[in-house]
Amino acid sequence: MSDTQTSAEHRRVADDSDRWREALHRIVSGSWAVSLGAIVLAVLGGSIMIIVTDPGVQQASAYFFSRPSDTFAAIGSSVGGAYYALFRGAVWDFGADSFAGAIRPLTQSLTMATPLIMAGLGVAVGFRAGLFNIGGRGQMLVAAAAGGWIGFAVDMPWPLHMLVAVLAGMVAGAVWAGIAGVLKAYTGAHEVITTIMLNYVGFYLVSYLLATPGLLQAPGSSNPKTPHMLTSAIMPDLLGRRYNLHLGFIFALLAVAYVWWLLNRSSTGFAFRAVGENPAAAKVAGIDVPRTTVSVMLVAGALVGLAGVTQVLGTVTTGFSYDIDAGIGFDAITVALLGGSRPIGVMFAAILFGAFKAGGSVMQAAEGVPIEIVQVVQALIVLFIAAPPLVRAVFRLPQPGKRPKRGKRAARRQEVAA
Amino acid sequence: MKTAMRGVALAAATALALAACASAPEESPSSSSTDSAGASETSTAKATDYTACIVSDAGGFDDKSFNQLSYEGTKKAAQELGATFKEAQSDSETDFQPNLEAMVSVGCDTIVSVGFALSAATVESALANPDLQYVLVDDAADNDFNGEKDAPNIKPLLYDTAQAAFLAGYLSAGYSKAGKVGTFGGQPYPTVTIFMDGFKQGVDYYNKVKGTDVKVVGWDGKDGSFTGGFEANDTAKATANNIIGQGVDVLLPVGGPIYQSARDAIADSGKDIALIGVDADVYNTDPSVQSLLLTSIMKNMDVSCYDTIMAAGQGNFDPTAYVGTLSNDGVGIAPLHDYKDKVDPALMDEVNKLKQDIIDGTVKVTSYLNQ
Repeated sequence: MSDTQTSAEHRRVADDSDRWREALHRIVSGSWAVSLGAIVLAVLGGSIMIIVTDPGVQQASAYFFSRPSDTFAAIGSSVGGAYYALFRGAVWDFGADSFAGAIRPLTQSLTMATPLIMAGLGVAVGFRAGLFNIGGRGQMLVAAAAGGWIGFAVDMPWPLHMLVAVLAGMVAGAVWAGIAGVLKAYTGAHEVITTIMLNYVGFYLVSYLLATPGLLQAPGSSNPKTPHMLTSAIMPDLLGRRYNLHLGFIFALLAVAYVWWLLNRSSTGFAFRAVGENPAAAKVAGIDVPRTTVSVMLVAGALVGLAGVTQVLGTVTTGFSYDIDAGIGFDAITVALLGGSRPIGVMFAAILFGAFKAGGSVMQAAEGVPIEIVQVVQALIVLFIAAPPLVRAVFRLPQPGKRPKRGKRAARRQEVAA
Repeated sequence: MKTAMRGVALAAATALALAACASAPEESPSSSSTDSAGASETSTAKATDYTACIVSDAGGFDDKSFNQLSYEGTKKAAQELGATFKEAQSDSETDFQPNLEAMVSVGCDTIVSVGFALSAATVESALANPDLQYVLVDDAADNDFNGEKDAPNIKPLLYDTAQAAFLAGYLSAGYSKAGKVGTFGGQPYPTVTIFMDGFKQGVDYYNKVKGTDVKVVGWDGKDGSFTGGFEANDTAKATANNIIGQGVDVLLPVGGPIYQSARDAIADSGKDIALIGVDADVYNTDPSVQSLLLTSIMKNMDVSCYDTIMAAGQGNFDPTAYVGTLSNDGVGIAPLHDYKDKVDPALMDEVNKLKQDIIDGTVKVTSYLNQ
């Protein structure tokens, strides 16, 4: 290969990664208005799905032209009923006889949001440093396996036991993500590919551990499930036995505070963001880019690992199986996008998704709306978030100029000029 | 699969909207109620305030296996009782507890949970709600392994499928010209291996009685071939190919839809290999394998769920564990259908006699349920 060819090759690779970076930057710098608009559009899209799948509407629409009012009544009752059930399952139970019962759904939403906050932060830290961490599933599974094993197999007093188990989970998650970080930093292997592959490795590894007597499998059983966690390792309920909300939620809030400090106040976080904005400039400024890449993945993996270990010590303490990640590793990507990769934004996005999850159960049970509808709404949110110009066009929000950083001001100036 | 169904629903709705020129029905109390749309007997609707509910495991109600069969049985019973029917599908194990809690909050009287995965969550919910009735399909609800169920208000539904698989094994051994029959499973769960183990015992019994040496490929009594999951994917097909490559002419794939991969592998091999279905009579549930199907090992979860809910709806809920066997028709083998001419009637007579012997206890079939 001649020199010119090599340099052309280099330029092409650099162009490619620039394009990725640019796209990522645009996506994460979407404004609050876009997030809100995306949610509104997604809810409207969800309504359409509810309408077309509702048997009552289908029946009434068969004679639409003879009596249209029936169709509209059916549409109203199906959509209204579905979102009413969602609200009742996620925020406030109107049917409850006491205040304590009425706020139960809200605490359930927060419980569901807890792992999403943690994993969302993990993905967001990666985004800010220009890294796509798609490996949440694998990181959660190995963290659950490590923390879970300590949780049921080792005897220690509370709270030491719980803290050691949490720490073990975070370390396992960090190591799992760290592998991808090292491969990216020192061999250039794209982290999207390596983290996805590590999902498979983690999944089959944990499946094997669960199916092998003497490892994770509960003694006396041949089902792929671990034993119950020991009481000394379980995260205690915050509001008493009646509610599922557990100590993990406090950990999640601490993680939000920590990530906010890390990204906005620490020099490490500055290095993360500098590498995310422009690795070439960061290198010139004296930042060790490969080392930063590895540390980013370690922090991200530890946060996702915290989510994994919270699942087994807080949410499902009766023993876990290989789908304990519950798709949170992937939902976390959505949460990070919706939250604009900012800690506080991630927290609110996670609570919104937690509410969808908590409400989804009641929506199914009370109204017979398939759980897939809730997932469609979530998927539509991502779709609209990924297309900010579309959302801006629909809601007539100002379209930013080509430079996303000063987008708003530039747009406003343009308007004034016009 | 689910997305595809939504797509179909969308298309159907569009078609309905386009053809929305039909005349409106006469105003009557039943036509305005949307929730009676699925009930066959509107006259008996709301005749009772009993509510039957079902929660699936991560397989979903369209798994063509235990979730689906339990769902069908429960729904049918609820409709015949004129009872309210509620369903919740779980996507992962973190959904079990919230789904069960949602069922409690919407006023269910009997909650059916499908699969061993829901065992711990069901026990927890049952202990917290001692007035409600719980039915747990495919698990003994014994998570501390002391030999007793952990909550008094749970009725476990268990199936000794080894007995039916024994008959299928005997039949296959008699049918096989190659002297080799094969099996493989999704994952080495007790509810999967019980089929493979019963099948092997049946083949061994045939060898003992006839003095033959028919071999079982894919299960040696302790360990065997597994695809690692319950999806009809390339791994499942490769596993099937591997077993076919060892010269078998009867194949028993155990685990949800993985028989579809076996079907494709058989088609690719171009050999004359008979397939054995599991759970339902696959001849009826999947026409695409009719010509390949020797028989099916049936686990009549629809019947036992139906019976349980019918009894519960009439106030006769009996929480003692149900074990499906050949004698109570909880398990069984399906008719030969297209293979009727290919199987020696004398062999079928032997199988029928064997069934009676197992019921009488003269032939012993071992499984984890009767150790």
